[in-house]
Amino acid sequence: MRAANSVGKVTNVVLAGLGGQGVIKASDILADAALRAGLDVKKAEVHGMSQRGGSVTSDVRFGGKVLSPMVPRGEADFLVVLAPSEVEVARAVLRPGGVLLSPDLVPEASLPNKRSLNVALLGALSQYLDLPVEALLDAVRAALPERLHEVNVRAFELGRTLAAQQVKMP
Amino acid sequence: MDRQLLSGDEAVALAALHADVALGTGYPGTPSTEILETFSELGGRAQWAPNEKVALEVGLGAAYGNVRALVTMKHVGLNVAADPLFTAAYTGVNGALIVITADDPGMSSSQNEQDNRRYAIAAGLPMIEPADSQEAYDFFFTAVEISERWKIPVLYRMTTRVCHSKSIVVARSADGGAGIGGAASAHAPHFEHDITGRVMIPANARPAHRRLRAKLAEIAAWGESPEAAALNRVEPGSGGHSLGLIASGVSCLHAAEAAPGATILRIGLVNPLPVERARAFAASVERVVVVEEGDPVIADSLRAAGIALESKPEMYRFGELDVARVRRILAGDTSPEPAPARGKPPELCPACPYHTVYGTLRKHDCIVAGDIGCYTLGVLPPYEAMDTCVAMGASIGVGLGLRHVLPPAEARRVVSVIGDSTFVHSGISGLVEMAYNPPATGHVVLVLDNGTTAMTGQQEHAGTGRTLDHLPTNKLSIEGVATAVGIGSVTVIDPYADPEGFERLLLERLAAPELSVIVARRPCVLAAADIRKWEQQAADLRARAALQAAFDMPPEER
Repeated sequence: MRAANSVGKVTNVVLAGLGGQGVIKASDILADAALRAGLDVKKAEVHGMSQRGGSVTSDVRFGGKVLSPMVPRGEADFLVVLAPSEVEVARAVLRPGGVLLSPDLVPEASLPNKRSLNVALLGALSQYLDLPVEALLDAVRAALPERLHEVNVRAFELGRTLAAQQVKMP
Repeated sequence: MDRQLLSGDEAVALAALHADVALGTGYPGTPSTEILETFSELGGRAQWAPNEKVALEVGLGAAYGNVRALVTMKHVGLNVAADPLFTAAYTGVNGALIVITADDPGMSSSQNEQDNRRYAIAAGLPMIEPADSQEAYDFFFTAVEISERWKIPVLYRMTTRVCHSKSIVVARSADGGAGIGGAASAHAPHFEHDITGRVMIPANARPAHRRLRAKLAEIAAWGESPEAAALNRVEPGSGGHSLGLIASGVSCLHAAEAAPGATILRIGLVNPLPVERARAFAASVERVVVVEEGDPVIADSLRAAGIALESKPEMYRFGELDVARVRRILAGDTSPEPAPARGKPPELCPACPYHTVYGTLRKHDCIVAGDIGCYTLGVLPPYEAMDTCVAMGASIGVGLGLRHVLPPAEARRVVSVIGDSTFVHSGISGLVEMAYNPPATGHVVLVLDNGTTAMTGQQEHAGTGRTLDHLPTNKLSIEGVATAVGIGSVTVIDPYADPEGFERLLLERLAAPELSVIVARRPCVLAAADIRKWEQQAADLRARAALQAAFDMPPEER
């Protein structure tokens, strides 16, 4: 039985960037965190050409009950962008009042490793999400080899701190 | 039982493992590739075939041998496999044969968006279509049951969004898998002669066709019955009986989200369709709309059965559906859609060894008959050095056709460009044609051998000399094949290390009225490190085997 209220509140996140930046890795981590938090979750992306440096987007939806795996255009609550060139390309997915997290939030020089921008932006996103931080950190560790744990946990904390400062700003 | 977040491809692989599939075979193709890779990682026996036709034939032989077999391919692969498919429908199988066709509506990574539900109708085979990863897992067992009960191959249609989207799967208990459709001994391998059933000379094929249609009629009746309730089911909405939707595959989910109040008839058995259930469903609601991606297969079939319904406007035949498009369909909105975001297109990797090749082809204004692979990206700026791309292996035949008819000055500029995996897939018969019917100006085939099936994520093929799980096996020699079929000039060159030499060679071969194959060999930059690792692993294995042999041999044979 599919009652209207069983759809529940679904959080829609779209991650965007270029092939090789770890967009899909980041969306895997976010989806895994939602799974760990006991929520229903779906994620969708188109790969195939993604290794060839082109635009990549990945949709993650979680909540009580998720139906379509794709975030409808104009309904994303959050848009996380890893490449400056992709901000305008992807902007149309955001709903009015949706939150954009763009790469300039995390200055490259402040990153412990420039390849961990994806995890840093997940840390920033975590400020806005109703997901336990521990579930996200567990998902980060589960997705990466152990030698990368420390640097990525630091990147996550950095993003989380930077976003907290931004949230406080008027 | 644990909840797992799996892609549809991974879910099918897990189901195949739990259903005791004895052999999985196929050819890589987005979005199907990960099925066999995952099946292998999970411990299943999986192998790449040179192409989909051979894969289907190997799977068919295994299923004649009473086991459960799985064959995977992308939608266009089924075109290649169609010849054995249509007659396998007549012979049927002893064990189970599940053929996965992964369609790509919207062409995220394909040359067309053909709707392979048409194949089920044309071949007369049952076809099952899941909507998400849980159904991809669950329905696989039903596919095996149908295949074994009616001794018939079953087509299993997935689409890009089902293959590559991840959603939660709760698997059957691990020991439950071996039991489906009876004890494991029921599908133990053995062979029984059945000449009239499997040798399709006309005298045997005539009754076989009648048997097939009788099976389909039985499956159709089954599909209408409560036994098929998991596949074909009505999902009541909150809005009573005002709106009813008929949907299959991922469209079921878009429909449920776009119209929360609607009652939905979800069709998991897309051939034969549950026509009477659909008739009763249509009669139970005030308005009925078919929501399906691609061709209007369900809508046309139900209309032909006399059921009044609405279907999507023609503009929604093109591309994928999503929630927004389903809303528009339900509103009858045919106004222009917002343009899709235009991001950065993919391109040849910066360190791809083929920049030189395309630069040279462009510089000399070659007429390039191209082929399917990441090297097709040579068509994009800055090179724009490809003039045709149609089907796997087509570069050679198309190049030859151009050579035959163009005036000599133009004909001499024609080059066929094909990758190594594509060459193995279906380039070899093109070379045979080239040797058999040589154009007056000769011809040049350029094989871009980067040592992997790069496009789909670096899979092995017969030319790499390694199996699906990267273990050493016999290695096909591209230059050896070219020589054997009668190509006079066969040269191997590294175009990255020696760009001037490559240019000289190409110009020389274009000027000569001879048949030439140039193998431009340099490992894919993305695969090179892995290839070195597997070569080392192979060397270690050989050394260990030699040592083992030395110790195991009786002393007198040492």
